[in-house]
Amino acid sequence: MSQRSVKVLAGIHKLYIVFFFAYLAIPLILVALFAFNDAPYPALPWRGFTLEWFLGNKGVFQDERLMDGLKVSFSVASMVTFLCLLIGTLNAFLFERRSFPGKGILYFLMLAPLVVPGVILGVSILIFSHTLTNGIEGFLGIETEILRPGLLLVTLGQFAFITTVTTLVISARLRKFDRMQEEAAFDLGASHLHVLTTLTLPYLKPALISSGIVAFLMSFENFNTTFMLVGSDAPLTITLFDSLRQGATPVLNAVSVLLILASGVLVAISLFVQKVDYILDEHSK
Amino acid sequence: MNRLLLKWNVGLLALPLLLWIVLLIILPLSDLFISSFQEKVGVGVFEWGLGNYQAFLQEPFYWQTFIRTVLFSIIATMATLGVAFPVAYYIAKVARGRVKSMLFVLCLLPFWVSELVRNYGWMIILRESGLLNHFLMKLNLITQPIEFLYRDATVMMGLIYTSLLFMVVPLVVVLENLDESLLEASDDLGGGRLISLRRIIIPHAMPGIVSGCIMVFMLTLGNYLTATLLGGKESLWFTEHIYNQFMTRWNWELGSAMGFLLLVVSSALVWLGLRMTGQKLNKVMT
Repeated sequence: MSQRSVKVLAGIHKLYIVFFFAYLAIPLILVALFAFNDAPYPALPWRGFTLEWFLGNKGVFQDERLMDGLKVSFSVASMVTFLCLLIGTLNAFLFERRSFPGKGILYFLMLAPLVVPGVILGVSILIFSHTLTNGIEGFLGIETEILRPGLLLVTLGQFAFITTVTTLVISARLRKFDRMQEEAAFDLGASHLHVLTTLTLPYLKPALISSGIVAFLMSFENFNTTFMLVGSDAPLTITLFDSLRQGATPVLNAVSVLLILASGVLVAISLFVQKVDYILDEHSK
Repeated sequence: MNRLLLKWNVGLLALPLLLWIVLLIILPLSDLFISSFQEKVGVGVFEWGLGNYQAFLQEPFYWQTFIRTVLFSIIATMATLGVAFPVAYYIAKVARGRVKSMLFVLCLLPFWVSELVRNYGWMIILRESGLLNHFLMKLNLITQPIEFLYRDATVMMGLIYTSLLFMVVPLVVVLENLDESLLEASDDLGGGRLISLRRIIIPHAMPGIVSGCIMVFMLTLGNYLTATLLGGKESLWFTEHIYNQFMTRWNWELGSAMGFLLLVVSSALVWLGLRMTGQKLNKVMT
């Protein structure tokens, strides 16, 4: 191939990359932009800059439905994050530190939730909880409200697939841990609990923080599974979806700006932690 | 004694995992399977049978949407691979140093924003009173606004947008490890770019291609938001039928049959993808 055509190809490749990133960014930039347009609809023409849709009487902070959704999402995501980190850490120790018959099958089953479509996971948990409720009522004659669609089912449904993610991230970190350090601590008379809390868990901290952030965001933004299990208290994504179907308003753009900012900050923290983690690893080698 | 203790130890550690997998995955999916073979014969009275699957086959609206969804998902997966490959190659092999890590992070960022917000962006651009129409009218290219939403092509574009991350990341990871001296050797031996691509780059990238395609196919097949918001009634997705059976028609048994079919196709294609390229699920996922 001639020198020139190599150059032309490289140029085309570069141009393609520019277009690609424009394609990625444009929808988000426009959503953000129209949160500041002084017009009742998120559309052109531009009528001047305003913060009305954030701070005004009809702004996002005055919208009770959206604020309630935000609170629900926040509490569900916190609970899901806590559970996924706890069980993910236990799973990591199980798979990295123990050998037992059936480990391969169990590992495969642990990965399975990732290949079940979210909608199917949602409806199957819905059916099963219905069966359980009916069963309990039939055998014991007690009516149970707890397993009806609602926040408990939403939390469990999200937990069901996000735990796979935290397990994978925490396992990967645990695998890199130098067990000689633990052995040394045991030789010096440290107890299991002491070694765990002062040595192993601190080593896992970067993975716990970044997988915790991933779990929080996955829960906060989940729609498919949540949509099938939601009761009367709706998380923000469900509220937003309903509003969006009724028609676009700049308030929705304002919420979107807040969501973009919040996830940007969380991702920045996660990247920072991973970088520190990486640098520490390089130094310890 | 010690061995007994160790057994207990493993059992206790495995208990949460077993509870999670059995109570939230295995039993619910089994219940879905059982429910799909139940036919309602009276109020609260059910009989075993294939009636739900028959109902699915007898209603063209259902099975046509099903086939359409599967075909569209395959096309969207291939298209995503096509769009993502040059980008991943650029990040892994052309860009250097800071630019490289910056591009990679820029690639990830949009996907941390809710799928709802991303689709909302496309709605603002593409609807009848949207930005694209505004500009086309200003430029006198069209005189009447065009509705770009609710078209198959729009849904396809949205699905590709939503899936890109899951393709770019595994591709970058495998291409990172590609030894450049192989490419130089191929070049020295007179192999053109296409030959290098076909004989060296693609075989090397195969694990990444497979894991990317599996993730994208699954996510596309099970997609709800992009298909509903950009497609609506004109371009129906199978998950919408499932949702309707459960939430508006209250026919959970037919909904279960449909859900089970979607799960079977999804799992079968994942299995086929792994089989064709001789890979294992746990290798692809980690």
